Amino acid sequence: MDFSLSKEHEMVRTLFKDFAEKEVKPLAQEIDEEHRFPRETVDKMAKYGFMGIPVPKEYGGQGCDTLAYAMCVEELSKVCGTTGVIVSAHTSLCIDPILTFGSEEQKQKYVVPLAKGEKLGAFGLTEPGAGTDAQGQQTKAVLDGDEWVLNGSKCFITNGKEADVYVIFAVTGKVEKRGRIMKEISAFIVEKGTPGFTFGTKENKMGICASSTYELIFTDCRIPKENLLGQQGKGFNIAMHTLDGGRIGIASQALGLAEGALETTINYVKERKQFGKAIGQFQNTQFQLADMATKVEAAKMLVYKAAKKKDEFKKDPKVSYSVEAAMAKLYAAEVAMEVTTKCVQLHGGYGYIKEYDVERMMRDAKITEIYEGTSEVQRMVISAALLK
Amino acid sequence: MKVVVCIKQVPDTKGGVSFNPDGTLNRAAMLAIMNPDDKAGLEAALRLKDQYGAEVTVLTMGLPKAADVLREALAMGADKAVLVTDRVLGGADTWATSTTIAGALRNLDYDLIITGRQAIDGDTAQVGPQIAEHLGLPVISYAQDIKIEGDKVIVERLYDDRYHVLEAQMPCLITALAELNEPRYMTPGGIFDAVQAEVTTWGRADLKDVEDSNLGLNGSPTKIAKASDKVRKGAGEKVVPDSPDEAVAYIVGKLDEKHVI
Repeated sequence: MDFSLSKEHEMVRTLFKDFAEKEVKPLAQEIDEEHRFPRETVDKMAKYGFMGIPVPKEYGGQGCDTLAYAMCVEELSKVCGTTGVIVSAHTSLCIDPILTFGSEEQKQKYVVPLAKGEKLGAFGLTEPGAGTDAQGQQTKAVLDGDEWVLNGSKCFITNGKEADVYVIFAVTGKVEKRGRIMKEISAFIVEKGTPGFTFGTKENKMGICASSTYELIFTDCRIPKENLLGQQGKGFNIAMHTLDGGRIGIASQALGLAEGALETTINYVKERKQFGKAIGQFQNTQFQLADMATKVEAAKMLVYKAAKKKDEFKKDPKVSYSVEAAMAKLYAAEVAMEVTTKCVQLHGGYGYIKEYDVERMMRDAKITEIYEGTSEVQRMVISAALLK
Repeated sequence: MKVVVCIKQVPDTKGGVSFNPDGTLNRAAMLAIMNPDDKAGLEAALRLKDQYGAEVTVLTMGLPKAADVLREALAMGADKAVLVTDRVLGGADTWATSTTIAGALRNLDYDLIITGRQAIDGDTAQVGPQIAEHLGLPVISYAQDIKIEGDKVIVERLYDDRYHVLEAQMPCLITALAELNEPRYMTPGGIFDAVQAEVTTWGRADLKDVEDSNLGLNGSPTKIAKASDKVRKGAGEKVVPDSPDEAVAYIVGKLDEKHVI
């Protein structure tokens, strides 16, 4: 068992770290306060290939592996959780399902510009009444001649108004499964600007404030028949597969937030003096740092293991990485919340002030326990595999 | 158009400095980066590639681990990489280094050679111009801007308070300043390719038209008497005299007190 990074991964880490420090960190506080989507950073990331890291070169990507992609989201999130999730939602939730389930024409038309960063991607599954219970979908798609007609709405959509290409799920009929009538769900590719596709409320969030989170509204929105993604009725499988990969992205975001908060706090406790000495010299601080660093390292192992498992799946589709991804997201998200909260505490009053990065990191960390499957959903996925 | 960029792996000044007993740098013990002036030179070459389709070759002399900066250059967009490494070349001063690099360059086709102005470890600014001298090429130092017009190169040479615009027939050699540009980042895909890419490795036997007596520590006229890490100086004493005469009297008094005069 080899825990050392390859030369490639050492070099990409250097690259992502350098980019994050120089291009992302200086903007992190400002875009959070202004709730402003960092378009200029996305343009720079596109220029350097960050928007298509695990995508094969023939589809406009960088031809790297999932671990390199996870490390990118991790390093970005160390300094800015918002920038991390922009890349994660775009890559894992929009490119990946089209790359995995799309036709060759769909890959050429959509994946190529998405992977080059010329277009931004988003994913719409969640509805006001369908969060963890994805079967509760109300959005409908009806085939009318050569077009699907979409009606309904999606909420809490990351990259919402900024994206150009959306993977959208809708009910296309009813099927009988084990004696029960179930909704038949299908996946579609919808382009921004399609008549009948508009944006609703912009969410005013606790954290990742610069991320563009919107409601998507479909009113007699007609899309070409060929924009059905995968087979009709396979939407639920596509969504679950996509979320398995997405969880590696969010686990990487959570890992980055925890690492960023810990690094910031280590520097702080060396400088902050109380009772005549640096607070890092108190055993309470030392023990807390030790516990946090140990948990962060454990989270990193789980995240990297899940990323490696996804790469095994790419070579052999029989391999499942669902449980590894769920464990990585569950643990990394809970570590992120715990570590960022403790880091705020170690900062004392300053940790509660917006000028200090840990304040933002703690707010950003909370969402990692909620989106792309709550921690409770991850426990359901893991326990279902154990009791199978 | 063919451009060769000479780059050097230098100690990262953030990582501390270590010396060998003979006063030369213990490069193996230090963190290393691409020399900043050289990186600007590489970026200038890559812009010529973007603009004119130039083929960019990077060349370095050093320990085997100097291949790391070549791979970084490949990941930024360079096309080919050459590492000159051999035990007999170790401990070289600027004369032996420029002799070695010129010997390697004689094997390559080029219209333009770009080097950094100087390396942050030696700070001599001698190697670039010396290479040009060995190869009989015109040299333009301290370039802050490079343009190509036909078979000529037009360069802005930066001085403290002005710049000169110079034109030279190619082939020629230019030394670049870090101020020349903002070097691009590597790309993730570029890194994955660069790690697998072939780096041509040359030793002493591959150098063309060079004498052994001009190579390595033995071929280096520079002898290091002593080398040390930076010594932190005290804050000093600040005096604000009322008149020039008073200032002169104070300075002369201090020099006398220290037995300088």
